[in-house]
Amino acid sequence: MSDNLTTLAYLPTIISFILALKFLSSPKHARLGNQLGAIGMALAIAVTLAQKHFYGLGYMLIAVGGLIGGGIGWVGARKVKMTDMPQMVAIFNGVGGGAVALVALVEFHQTAAEPGRMLLNVSIAIIVSALIGSISFAGSMVAFGKLQGLVGDRPIVWRGQRVGNIIILLIGITAGTFILGGHSYQLMWLLLIEIAAALAFGILFVLPIGGADMPVVISLLNACTGLSASAAGFELRQNVLIVSGMLVGSSGSLLTLMMCRAMNRSLGNVIFGAFGQIQTGPSTAASNEGLTVRATTAEDVAIMLAYAHKVIIVPGYGLAVAQAQHDVRQLADLLTARGVNVEYAIHPVAGRMPGHMNVLLAEANVPYTQLKEMDEINPEFPQTDVSLVIGANDVVNPAARSDKSSPIYGMPILDVDKSKAVVVLKRSMNPGFAGIENHLFYEPETSMLFGDAKDSILKLIAAVKAV
Amino acid sequence: MSGNTAVFLAELTVLILAIFLGIEVISKVPTLLHTPLMSGTNAIHGIVIVGAILIAGQNLHSTLAQIVGFFAMILAGANVVGGFAVTDRMLEMFKGK
Repeated sequence: MSDNLTTLAYLPTIISFILALKFLSSPKHARLGNQLGAIGMALAIAVTLAQKHFYGLGYMLIAVGGLIGGGIGWVGARKVKMTDMPQMVAIFNGVGGGAVALVALVEFHQTAAEPGRMLLNVSIAIIVSALIGSISFAGSMVAFGKLQGLVGDRPIVWRGQRVGNIIILLIGITAGTFILGGHSYQLMWLLLIEIAAALAFGILFVLPIGGADMPVVISLLNACTGLSASAAGFELRQNVLIVSGMLVGSSGSLLTLMMCRAMNRSLGNVIFGAFGQIQTGPSTAASNEGLTVRATTAEDVAIMLAYAHKVIIVPGYGLAVAQAQHDVRQLADLLTARGVNVEYAIHPVAGRMPGHMNVLLAEANVPYTQLKEMDEINPEFPQTDVSLVIGANDVVNPAARSDKSSPIYGMPILDVDKSKAVVVLKRSMNPGFAGIENHLFYEPETSMLFGDAKDSILKLIAAVKAV
Repeated sequence: MSGNTAVFLAELTVLILAIFLGIEVISKVPTLLHTPLMSGTNAIHGIVIVGAILIAGQNLHSTLAQIVGFFAMILAGANVVGGFAVTDRMLEMFKGK
């Protein structure tokens, strides 16, 4: 196949990817869009295989490697629990970045050996894709380790960390820059140094970031892999990679910024802030003195819920950890059958990745029409009889509105404290994922239902049935 | 060089357009679907499989290139298949009333 014909044959793939993203604007067509994207990808693979005559062993390597990788991907995708989705996205993202770096390595190995063959723009593309792809690979693997509990969830910090990280990154960039003017016998070493520095930087920049900020990091690394794939397009002279990679790069960057905005923090603060460190001091404990919490029983809550007009359920990650999504839906169904208006308030950063909570509730067959975004539901809290907070903490913390000393000050929150009554389902009084004290629990309209979320909800279901 | 420059400028133009296109399509995605959005874009950057195929298949005389290409195929294959499959699994669950 001629190069022009190949470029033409890749066009339907580009269109299918754009449609895949466009169709995500509504849950009605989203699945169709993703399937179109998959067809586009299959087409791109077929076109690539048809484009050149590979030698026999080459076909073998492609087929066997693709089948092994595809098989692993398929099994992982089928088996993964929805609560573990952030890890899954992190690891698929990492392997993508790793593939980009390996492609750059081989392209370089093949072209650099022949002096004069490397065009400046191709060299730069190789250097950039190797750098970003390696950072993305290593960073994603650490993010995976943290989310999977293999690496400590809390931020890992040490003295001189930021400076050290920047120096390592600069070593990588410098090695890459020297490639442009280096002698041919040095080139491979320089690239390997660059990749090693990038891998180290990827590991070290994710290590100090706490679990609460992982949604932002995964989104950022996703954008990075997209960028690196786009750079790979410049090195292989394939528009399909340039466009597809950049679609991911720009959309991922935008999503990252949206996540930061939902937490009212800058990207720099997320990456360098080592969130979750500040609040552990004794001062917060002292500020609780003299405050009391009101514990309640499932029977009392059941009566409140059963005679309410409007109930808003605020699910947090604690709900998912307790695997109580299905039971919550059953409780909501019971209340709906009694004529109670039940809705779910979903904070943009609820769960471990953007939109995670929606997926978990969709898995429990909650219709997406009941899932309300923060801006949509916040005006409804004053008319709400009971807000049922299940395993959520920081996203309902009024300190974000009022307490300037709080680390989450300025973060948009769900205004549950404005509803007539608040019931918080919580295991104990331990602070939440980000380790910040929550004064909502001490408000007079708030009552606490202590215990495992699943047990509490099962008790509520039984009690509502008995009302 | 002029041939390369012309091609490079065309590539650059395409890149710039893709930046704005990406932002444009994504800004219309509701937060409801942000997780499938992330895993869906994840699958799309699996397009690097095109590069993996080229390096695994073309480099007849270099064992290093063959070995690295083989691993690149494994990684890219996992990215593509896993990315699309897991996104499909999630989107299947979103149902209206």
